[in-house]
Amino acid sequence: MAIVELTNICKDYQQGKEPVRVLKNVNLTVEKGEYLAIMGPSGSGKTTLMNIIGCLDVPTSGSYTLDGQDLRDLDDDAMADVRNKHLGFVFQSFHLMPRLNALDNVALPLLYGGVSLKERRERAAEALKAVGLEDRMDFFPNQLSGGQCQRVAIARAMVGKPDLLLADEPTGALDTKAGNQIMDIFRQLSNEGMTIIMITHEPGIAACADKTYHILDGELRTDGNLVKMGGGEDEED
Amino acid sequence: MIENIRLAFQGIWSHKMRSVLTMLGIIIGIAAIITIVSTIQGTNEQIKENLIGAGNNVVTVNLNQSGYSYDMSWNPIPSGVRTITEETRQELEQIDGVEKVSLYNSRNYVNMVYYLNAEYQGEIYGIDSNYLSVYGYQVKQGRGFTQRDYDQFRKVLLVDTNVVKNLFGGESPVGKNMEIQSEVFTIVGVVALSEEFAPTINSLSDYHMYANTSSGCIYMPITTWPTAYQFDEPQNVAIKVKDTDTMTQAGKAAADLLTDKQIQDPDNSEFDYRSQDMLEQAQKLQSMSKSTNTQLIWIASISLLVGGIGVMNIMLVSVTERTSEIGLKKAIGAKKKRILLQFLTESAVLTSLGGLIGVISGVILAQVISNIMQIPVSISGVAILVAVVFSTLIGVIFGMLPAYKAANLNPIEALRRD
Ligand SMILES: Nc1ncnc2c1ncn2[C@@H]1O[C@H](COP(=O)(O)OP(=O)(O)O)[C@@H](O)[C@H]1O
Ligand SMILES: [Mg+2]
Repeated sequence: MAIVELTNICKDYQQGKEPVRVLKNVNLTVEKGEYLAIMGPSGSGKTTLMNIIGCLDVPTSGSYTLDGQDLRDLDDDAMADVRNKHLGFVFQSFHLMPRLNALDNVALPLLYGGVSLKERRERAAEALKAVGLEDRMDFFPNQLSGGQCQRVAIARAMVGKPDLLLADEPTGALDTKAGNQIMDIFRQLSNEGMTIIMITHEPGIAACADKTYHILDGELRTDGNLVKMGGGEDEED
Repeated sequence: MIENIRLAFQGIWSHKMRSVLTMLGIIIGIAAIITIVSTIQGTNEQIKENLIGAGNNVVTVNLNQSGYSYDMSWNPIPSGVRTITEETRQELEQIDGVEKVSLYNSRNYVNMVYYLNAEYQGEIYGIDSNYLSVYGYQVKQGRGFTQRDYDQFRKVLLVDTNVVKNLFGGESPVGKNMEIQSEVFTIVGVVALSEEFAPTINSLSDYHMYANTSSGCIYMPITTWPTAYQFDEPQNVAIKVKDTDTMTQAGKAAADLLTDKQIQDPDNSEFDYRSQDMLEQAQKLQSMSKSTNTQLIWIASISLLVGGIGVMNIMLVSVTERTSEIGLKKAIGAKKKRILLQFLTESAVLTSLGGLIGVISGVILAQVISNIMQIPVSISGVAILVAVVFSTLIGVIFGMLPAYKAANLNPIEALRRD
């Protein structure tokens, strides 16, 4: 069963006077349990695609169904809810709250989900344990290494038991050793049945996934082949 | 919410210097207002206390001629004015808010009054048996007037402590004789304001007495008055009221009643009775001090406004600084309202704290002013409450724009900045 279904997604950005098409008729289907890497050079539109899949941005045209739900007409708060309940995010630069300790950082999404304090604490502790940081729960981000910060971020992404984990260059700010540790965690999550979409420009990291798609100049290809199910690239919707 | 407040305090604490500077406008504004209000209130209470006295509230009602108090020292018995009867006195006691009514005759300027060769230059009163209790006097030495003194028109006197000091050099005057209008009177007692009213001033004449360090007051039974002066002098009326709130009203009612009863042809007479209470005068003084201070409060309010704008400015900076934090929160599911509330809480906590510090500084400042300038201050709980609530409100109002900006940040824009 498909969890993500993008059909003819286009995204334009206004750059100066001219609108620039950053995503060009992207079609993508991700099945439940898949572990997918999307590779591409800098500026190819990876993050833009990720933001659309992550319900952080809306496409200029095309349709997006997440877990069977069409997301076209949702307002900001409904989108926030979708992100909170169904999605987990891992960013290149961790984005931890500097004034919260590891446990509170991890518990944050549960706060927005309306979970009680006691349960928040329990589940956050559990999630931290799953990434091997049970002894760092009351450390603040500035007391943790980059790899540890990213593991806290993964715990935060996983604490709400999402349907889909989205990672935008999760190892981009880490050394190889820490990066590999992150990849081990992703592998384990995948083995446990989590659907993962990971964005990277490093082939070595992409190789950790089950499947790699390439994006170039806003066009998504699978294993070197241009994926083009819709119309031509100049067509407007 | 509690979490928000806790985080707000953390935020303020982590930028101590900046927070204090931001709060400064609020602190100064609130401190100024608290200081001003405390001093106004203190001054007003002192005026009121000095002029009225606690619990000893007396209105005097006097005969006026063409709007001026009719003084028997210089004038003959006025024609067409009756003396006040016991029945009328009792009627006056029936007026709402009136507790006790005393009738008395008086001379504010006397001559031909001697102790030995020394001429006395104070006031003389012919008083009824209510007079001392109406004014809160107590007999300190000797005795007061008895029924017999009244019935037998005895030539006995009470004197106050000023007379003792000025005329008798501080020695006990009891038993000594004085000569009034060639009649010999014997002093039987010394009166003074009873302790609880001691430093307060209870009537206009008291006020003048204290202000001029008058030579004092001498009292004789009202029945004896004609022996020294003359029959059928219209009396003055002193009314003790139950509380100060209805004082002016009761005085006016009494004056109207007397004008109606005592003046033969009230419509065509140049005479009437008018009441005089200290509350009225106190209020005049108070409103004077109030109006000057209202201007000061306006100035302080401008400082609050400027403080509010400062808070808005710093909150805008804070929103910009925390763009990525806001973006992340939104990414993981925080709704607009939550972000809005977080920033509103932060600015409200900031200004409330400023308000609180302002209140404390204001109270301290008021005490210092009170000590230096010898004016009383009265710190009002209501003013403090209003100040704190008001400063919180400033935070909410001026935090609105930054909070709105934060709530509407686009999360991808916010996350893009690293
Ligand atoms: N908000 C924006 N406004 C204008 N142009 C944008 C915006 N976001 C991204 N772009 C442009 O879209 C292209 C793709 O960006 P992005 O998706 O971030 O690339 P990647 O993540 O693959 O490096 C870039 O050329 C970038 O300049
Ligand atoms: Mg990118």
